[in-house]
Amino acid sequence: MTIKKFMFVNRKAPYGTVYALESLEVVLIAAAFEQDVSLAFLDDGVYQLKKGHSTKGIEMKAFEKTYGALDDYDVSKLYVDEESLAARGLTVDDLCVPVETMSRAALGKLIEDQDVVLSF
Amino acid sequence: MKFSILINEGPYTHQASDTAYQFAKAVLAKGHEIFRIFFYNDGVNNATRLTTPPQDDRNIVNRWSKLAEEHKLDMVVCVAAAQRRGIVDEGEAKRNGKDATNLAAGFRISGLGQLVEAGIQSDRLVTFGD
Repeated sequence: MTIKKFMFVNRKAPYGTVYALESLEVVLIAAAFEQDVSLAFLDDGVYQLKKGHSTKGIEMKAFEKTYGALDDYDVSKLYVDEESLAARGLTVDDLCVPVETMSRAALGKLIEDQDVVLSF
Repeated sequence: MKFSILINEGPYTHQASDTAYQFAKAVLAKGHEIFRIFFYNDGVNNATRLTTPPQDDRNIVNRWSKLAEEHKLDMVVCVAAAQRRGIVDEGEAKRNGKDATNLAAGFRISGLGQLVEAGIQSDRLVTFGD
């Protein structure tokens, strides 16, 4: 099967809208198709990776664990926009999985390299 | 060139579906091929035949059905997103014990693998969403 570079660009907070959850569902399918999958987190999307999702009060299923399980699907390329992190007072120590941080310009170059970009 | 289109927003609230429709028409008018149109997130709401907009407004759902019929387009609705939002065909109605169906003509319900396949098979996968 053809292997293409799929990048999932996540820009929205994990709860409040369904985008983050439904993005993860496509990530897992793309991984099952053995594609070259990577994820980028920018803007409020960086909150998706913040440790300690606590969703009991809003009666939603927490899916923080799914990010931790991505490695089992051979999805280990997680890129985080450092400006988005800094703007929200976060550092990589606040995140639930290992990531590579980079400048917005570097992230832009990486996006340019992809075959398929899916933005959620 | 071979295109696929991903639509992530529902009709009427958001312009994504309108713009995707205009884009699809332009792609076909230029002689390109559309491999697949995939409806995800609230985009699955583009596939309910029960839509009844005012008479002087565009009928987004019928418009898609007509375009699909004219150009033999493959329009796929994500099954998991459809189940969440109550978009049902006969198979889904039977499987989930529902007493009605509402999938419009020209659409079919299938899995996310169809979206990934569209990404693999097409020269461009163009997303319309927020």
